[in-house]
Amino acid sequence: MSDFLHMGGYAFYVWSAYGITLMVLIGNIIVPRQAERAALAELELRLQRAKTGDT
Amino acid sequence: MGNSRGPKNPTKLVFSSLHKYASPRHFYHLSLSISPWLAWLASAMFGLGIVGGLVIAPSDYQQGDSFRIIYVHVPSAWMSLFIYVTMAAAAATALVWKIKLAEIAMRASAMLGASFTFLALVTGSIWGKPTWGTYWAWDARLTSELVLLFLYIGFIALQTAYSDRRVAARAGAVLILIGTVNIPIIHYSVEWWSSLHQGPTISKLDTPSIHIDMLIPLLVMASAFMTYYLAVMLTRMRCEILAYERNTNWVREFITARAHHS
Repeated sequence: MSDFLHMGGYAFYVWSAYGITLMVLIGNIIVPRQAERAALAELELRLQRAKTGDT
Repeated sequence: MGNSRGPKNPTKLVFSSLHKYASPRHFYHLSLSISPWLAWLASAMFGLGIVGGLVIAPSDYQQGDSFRIIYVHVPSAWMSLFIYVTMAAAAATALVWKIKLAEIAMRASAMLGASFTFLALVTGSIWGKPTWGTYWAWDARLTSELVLLFLYIGFIALQTAYSDRRVAARAGAVLILIGTVNIPIIHYSVEWWSSLHQGPTISKLDTPSIHIDMLIPLLVMASAFMTYYLAVMLTRMRCEILAYERNTNWVREFITARAHHS
């Protein structure tokens, strides 16, 4: 296991490259998901307001 | 549904189904059913690719274990080009036929393209230190890839600069089409100029200069990145569709139905 983490002496390079990739990929999942949730919530709110405004 | 006056002419039929799937409404519902599958597929392939690349693939006889950066670097670089070409095709479609969904696909891809270009540059830079002895050089491949990042950033900035998203999309489409000249420059940079960057190892299909145990995880990772792009792009496209179509009846009906379900 420590051999694996050591990466033949290139641990810093290998793990930082994979770490940055992981962070960017996860960030790109979270941001659009939250945006989708926010857009749906906002549209729902707008619809409810329009309904209560009519009556 | 809606096929009551279905055209008999096959050409018309093709165009009517094209029109149907290019309609934001149908695409929205289609994407909702596809998205979970893409997410699972991408996760599974990431898992396989990571194990293959970090554990199963043998270390390189020259570069040792530092070569394992290839499994995040090369797929990122491929995606940075693939997404740009996709955006250029969408841009042309949006400009010529004014198809809303093409604008939406283009806008939904920009952040992903910028992210993969950023990753290609950063992971390449990290790989460069142990292999070339430097994090950066003003070399043709690296510089043209940096120009690609600026094109993506310029496109994103342009989208926020206009209050009318359709005007923004048209301006962005022009920028993307002009920037297309950079794509062959990136691709051929390692052949046209002497470069620190190595030449192609994979695309020489008859005699690829990479061991099969190293190649398979790379292809798996590339498919994982591609599936990931499609999954995230669909989510972004749904957000864009809701913004474009917020005042239509189908969005109102969809939101109402959704509110009743939860």
